Amino acid sequence: MQTEILIAGFGGQGVLFAGQVLAYAAMDSGYEVTWFPSYGPEMRGGTANCTVIIADEEIGSPLVAHPQVLMALNAPSLDKFEPQVVPGGLIVANASLLNREVERDDVRAIILKANHIAEDLGDRRMANMVMLGALLTQLPVLTLEQVKTALKEHLPERKQYLLEANYRALDAGAAQAAELIV
Amino acid sequence: MTRELMKGNVAMAEAAIRAGLDAYFGYPITPQSELLEWMSKRMPEEGRVFLQAESEVAAINMVYGAACTGARVMTSTSGPGISLMAEGISYIAGTEVPAVIVDVVRGGPGLGNIAPSQGDYRQVAHGAGHGDFFPIVLAPSSVQEAVDLITEAFDLAEKYRTVVFIVADGSIGQMMEPVSLPEPRAIQREAPDWAVTGAEGRPRRTLTSLYLQPEEEEEVNLRLVRRWREAEANEIRYREYYLDDAEYVVMGFGTAGRVALSAVRAARAQGIRVGLFRPVSLRPFPYQAVRELAEKAKAFLVVEMNGGQMLDDVKAAAQGQVPIRFYGRMGGVVPFPDEVLDEIHALVSEPPTLDEDPRARWLDNMQRRMS
Repeated sequence: MQTEILIAGFGGQGVLFAGQVLAYAAMDSGYEVTWFPSYGPEMRGGTANCTVIIADEEIGSPLVAHPQVLMALNAPSLDKFEPQVVPGGLIVANASLLNREVERDDVRAIILKANHIAEDLGDRRMANMVMLGALLTQLPVLTLEQVKTALKEHLPERKQYLLEANYRALDAGAAQAAELIV
Repeated sequence: MTRELMKGNVAMAEAAIRAGLDAYFGYPITPQSELLEWMSKRMPEEGRVFLQAESEVAAINMVYGAACTGARVMTSTSGPGISLMAEGISYIAGTEVPAVIVDVVRGGPGLGNIAPSQGDYRQVAHGAGHGDFFPIVLAPSSVQEAVDLITEAFDLAEKYRTVVFIVADGSIGQMMEPVSLPEPRAIQREAPDWAVTGAEGRPRRTLTSLYLQPEEEEEVNLRLVRRWREAEANEIRYREYYLDDAEYVVMGFGTAGRVALSAVRAARAQGIRVGLFRPVSLRPFPYQAVRELAEKAKAFLVVEMNGGQMLDDVKAAAQGQVPIRFYGRMGGVVPFPDEVLDEIHALVSEPPTLDEDPRARWLDNMQRRMS
């Protein structure tokens, strides 16, 4: 069994970090995992994405043409990757930065205003964790608790003070997702 | 055993430190730079040598000098850096001192780009510098394998007094995977009996790659060939997947090999009897194992992230015993498993012939794809 997740957005939105949190949680839960970043000559404000693959056997390709899950943090990412999601897959998209709905009717979708939710919690930079919380409600391979544990284990000492804020953002995303899944 | 999630470049650096690396000399180049960065932080912590040279040419000559003292020493770079280092690499080989060189390959030729590629296969496995010598070349396909091979590389370099290359394409350098790191080994304190360490109280030793008398040079050349024959006998490494009952065999190394693994699994799920052969030692190349597969298989599919550089070695090994199809992506493009699966389907439905040129059919297909 293999789970493939593509996370995409602007550089600076925590796209790569969100993927790493999933990868740490998968590793700590005993799975094989790969985290593959786009590493072109890009900068803050440019596009960024990473692919996380979680499996229970040696992982082949670190990239897939048709991921099962897309987490799109901005409009260009949804435009680019929506057509690639496998039928029956899942799209989690950030309504705060979108001007349209998800068009595919053969995938499940959670559209939530991640930036707004994060701002209400006091830190716009937590939008990635809000999205991740929503995604985890629909990701059989990992639970919210496993991801929280991984954050606690692997967040460097100097960032540990952000742990509670990350938890709140994950919880808020998860709570919203229940009402939004279509 | 506890696992850590590490980027390939960082994991290779840490593995080298744990293998007892005394000194690292390098110069930054993407997609390898995290390796040098990690060294710049960790080597001073360990009280060992880290030096960022003014160029790759300087770095490899520092490696040469340090290697002559019997130190465990390495450098890392990407294709353009290997080109600059070629002279020094040849001097190291000619002087018969051990060194480990990591090549995190990017798109080329020329300045190319920083995306993952396997375009340096021929450069390191068949070239690496002027004159008659044979470097050992190892190609990992995962971060764990990169860690394991780095550890081994130092032992091989010292055993055969040779240059050992680790060829990791950019994706191995940049991706993160869980790894189990080896326990740190002690720094080797006793210098080998050929090292130049100061001759006080013992006869002088000379290390050189200069032999003005052709007969003298020939003696060295023959010693290198004999040592290489030993490496060929003992150091062949490869991985086999689903080959027991395979009618068709896919071949690929490094990232192309693991992409092919996904495609082979998908084809197996569709009932196609296909397996994967993944060379790990690109030099010495597993000619004999490929030859044996050529006698059993209906057809080969060679997959690479270059224009068929390993393909030529596979052809040499197969000696016309099996028809071969080739699929390559170039320029820094990493193939998706779906593409390789399509190629497996084509291998079965329109089998290649023994006398056809695999590159010709591939180029035709690529032209159709682009237009």
